[in-house]
Amino acid sequence: MRARVLVRPKAGILDPQGQAVERALPALGFDGVSNVHVGRLIELDVEDPERLPEMCERLLTNPLIEDYEIVASAQ
Amino acid sequence: MSSSTSSLEERYRQLGLTDGEYARIIERLGRAPGDVELAMLSLMWSEHCGYKHSRRLLRRLPNDGPHVLMGPGENAGVVDVGGGLAVAFKVESHNHPSAVEPFQGAATGVGGILRDVFAVGARPIAVLDSLRFGEPRSSERSRYLLDRAVAGIGHYGNSIGVPTVGGEIYFEGSYEQNCLVNAMCLGLAPHSRLIRSAAAGPGNVVVLLGALTGRDGIGGASVLASAELVGSEGGDQAKRPSVQIGDPFTEKKLLECCLELLDRELLVSLQDLGAAGLTSAASEMASKGGVSVRLDVGRVPLREPGMEPFEIMVSESQERMLCVVEPERVADVLGVCERWEILATTIGCVADGDSFQVLDAGVVIADLPVSVLVDDCPLYDLEPVPFAGALYEAPAAVLTGSETPAETLLALLRSPNLASRHPVFEQYDPIVQSRTVRRPDEADAAVLMLPDSSAIAVSIDGNGRRVACDPRRGAMEAVYECSANLACVGAEPLGLTNCLNFGNPEKPHVAWQLVEAVEGLALACEQLGVPVVGGNVSLYNEAPTGPIFPTPVVGMVGKLPHAEAAGRLGFTLAGDAIALVGPFEPSAVGSELSKLRGLPPVGELPVADAARIRVAHQAVRSRVRSGAFHSAHDVAEGGVAVALAECCIAAGLGASVLLPNGLDPFGEAPGRAFIVSGPREALAPFVVIGEVGGDALTIDGLLEVPLSELRDARDAGLREWV
Amino acid sequence: MRFGIVRFPGSCDDIDALQAAARVGEAVLLWHADHDLHEVDAVIVPGGFSYGDYLRAGAIARFAPVMAEVEEFAREGGLVLGICNGFQVLCEAGLLPGALLPNVSLKFVFRQVELEVVRAVGPFTGSLGFDPPTHPAPPFPRLSIPVKHTTGRYYAPDDELDRLEAAGQVLLRYAPGHNPNGSLRDIAGVCNESRNVFGLMPHPEHAVDPLTGSADGRRIFESMRSHVEQHVLA
Repeated sequence: MRARVLVRPKAGILDPQGQAVERALPALGFDGVSNVHVGRLIELDVEDPERLPEMCERLLTNPLIEDYEIVASAQ
Repeated sequence: MSSSTSSLEERYRQLGLTDGEYARIIERLGRAPGDVELAMLSLMWSEHCGYKHSRRLLRRLPNDGPHVLMGPGENAGVVDVGGGLAVAFKVESHNHPSAVEPFQGAATGVGGILRDVFAVGARPIAVLDSLRFGEPRSSERSRYLLDRAVAGIGHYGNSIGVPTVGGEIYFEGSYEQNCLVNAMCLGLAPHSRLIRSAAAGPGNVVVLLGALTGRDGIGGASVLASAELVGSEGGDQAKRPSVQIGDPFTEKKLLECCLELLDRELLVSLQDLGAAGLTSAASEMASKGGVSVRLDVGRVPLREPGMEPFEIMVSESQERMLCVVEPERVADVLGVCERWEILATTIGCVADGDSFQVLDAGVVIADLPVSVLVDDCPLYDLEPVPFAGALYEAPAAVLTGSETPAETLLALLRSPNLASRHPVFEQYDPIVQSRTVRRPDEADAAVLMLPDSSAIAVSIDGNGRRVACDPRRGAMEAVYECSANLACVGAEPLGLTNCLNFGNPEKPHVAWQLVEAVEGLALACEQLGVPVVGGNVSLYNEAPTGPIFPTPVVGMVGKLPHAEAAGRLGFTLAGDAIALVGPFEPSAVGSELSKLRGLPPVGELPVADAARIRVAHQAVRSRVRSGAFHSAHDVAEGGVAVALAECCIAAGLGASVLLPNGLDPFGEAPGRAFIVSGPREALAPFVVIGEVGGDALTIDGLLEVPLSELRDARDAGLREWV
Repeated sequence: MRFGIVRFPGSCDDIDALQAAARVGEAVLLWHADHDLHEVDAVIVPGGFSYGDYLRAGAIARFAPVMAEVEEFAREGGLVLGICNGFQVLCEAGLLPGALLPNVSLKFVFRQVELEVVRAVGPFTGSLGFDPPTHPAPPFPRLSIPVKHTTGRYYAPDDELDRLEAAGQVLLRYAPGHNPNGSLRDIAGVCNESRNVFGLMPHPEHAVDPLTGSADGRRIFESMRSHVEQHVLA
């Protein structure tokens, strides 16, 4: 099946990419934006979705600094 | 294939061929070309590959010298540096791709020039960049291009482990739409590992190494590199899909893999894939070897499904190399590639004759004489007409002329063209590979140690504003200045490479700039005895507002016997005397100060006395080597006053000087004169003008500025924009 | 004394580390795909961009076959030094505490920085020739060593940082005003609890010769040699 893993910086961790985007938006006229965070999206086809959490813990994310969310969708 | 005449015309014109060129193709082939053939021909006959407006002119450049091992025509020029070692080097432009997508454009510019250097068997050991943008103060686009191009250069060079040891950046309005990104690479090789690109040995196998082939830069050579940029946003946006994406990680593996293949003597010849991809690489290899080549596009590993044969033949996907291998060594080659995780595929063979055959699943889909592809591209004579009057707009005035000399000096130090490059250089790794004896800002040329404790030095220069004033003398000055930079570290020139960045050569005044500049380069090279071992031409650098400043960029490589004797630009010792060495009759024409005062780039540049320049360079070189001079710095943009300020800032030491009568402190005449320091007795034969010491720069009767103010002004100039 | 320098695809400072180590002992390259440390006395995981820094710096390299051997070697008390990308790899592998995040500037930074030697004890900083040799108080002795990286901001949760400091695992800090990347508590280099694994973002292998900048980094390699000679080979 097709799976998506959303990876984002853990809450409270300094996220300079998010901050840079947050600073850039008002400059383009987009006011009222806050709490911007930049993460990653990993898409993969997996035979055994049960193993996704383990993949996330071991390779796809660094649990010390990143949170993940698995979004599975049947193909 | 059964298209009507009008759509055929449309097609070859869209591919950049003129009616005359198409007629010439029919005449040479004795038939109409097929689709794949037309795509191949249009690229090989483009300005970018065929050099059709510059090839005749380039014959004027001297390329013989006692140290030259490989001259123009190979992937890179090569000079002997002693001890059984050779240095390969070349500068190349990636202007139009960088104007479209500056990060990837600059990154792949670096990737391309690295491949040129390891294609001759040399390990890349240094990168330098020559960049031109519009005014950062007034142009957001220019700030964006600067930021992204610098990031792209750093991304590729830093990630692949090749130090960026120097470079130059200028900001002028004429580069606003058409920025320049020229990258130079140096490589080091034992003589035994040098390899040429000529294919040889009928029956030998052609192997494609590296990345998968995708739809990158399809038509890049004719559409991106040889047509004037469409100025509107829409034009740039529409071109975005054909931008090449760089992958320094794959190139790092490819580099190590190729060098191991060469160390194990497994290759007959090697060539990088650049503009026009497989078409250009294979036809150049065949042409140089006087053989035929046959490729099967069905064997080329693809990144995307459904690619058409013509797309495979002209794809500019990065990080690929083509090599020729004897059949009995193919297994060994594939083994080395597997170890480096580099994809290697046999895609064809070498045969006798003069034909370039392309097959798809066994069916011949293109069959062209190699000579037609490579040699029959029409060469055009330029029709130069000198341009009288102001071709370029006057820049916005920053100074009125009523400022005090101290205010003028600070304004010059703060101007983006003269300010400290530190905010940019800090984004590059200058020390990886452990050879860097002089980092940027420490000396006028970068110095890299060789295994026998000697060293090579390298510098890159080119001031478009001065060439705009006076193309011949402006180009000569670029050569003088590089040689002066090398003299300041104690190095003697071995050879040079150049990149000619000009506007549309079909316009008579641009043709005149080009002809005059090439003449200037040739004259200065002859005067100083420096051969041109390679180079690159980038034409059609124009926006609707007009051409760029004519910008010949010169990269020069030299040698010094002892790395530990390499010179520095900053003063070193309080109490040292300061002297002005060299024939120096500066003028305000084309100077940085004239620009700050809002004057257009017009007027005659000062005459140069070649014999006296040679003597001055020799004097500085030998005294830096012997240690008699404690520091040496050439007087360039901003004149003597700025040069003195730079020597003070680099040292954290002040100076007190009295300038010779009537000398314009801000006048320029690059490449002629030097500010040197040392013990008074060592400087006796020269014009001693003062002494190192204190915490201010004092020019008697003119100005006194504290060191901290000088440093703050110079530090602030670019920091604001980077 | 024999150093082994791991070479991953994308390692850039491997040869620099090899040459630096060769100034104080023997040095050999260790291939990433081998399950063999060739009986070296210490392992250096060098700088560069292993696997292009793709996914996260060090994330893929830490699963290379040779790393299984390095982890085993470390568990048995062998000396492992991670420099820059090597530090990132060792953190990803869990051999060192914490993680390296993108610089606050989000840009690559090259700079010659001043480091303070916070703890002059143990195999890596124990014999830097400082007097007194153990746990100097401020002013700390300094080293001039270059940094060059995009992902060098040292991070660990607050309580973890407290624990590291209390346990004396922070060996090097950026001197005041020299923190190039926003590392928490100015941490430039940390070791594991048993003190045989050390990672730092600055590049000691690029500070082994005054001609190319500084020779201060050489003392870290010398320190490793003395430790091995006194405790392993003796």
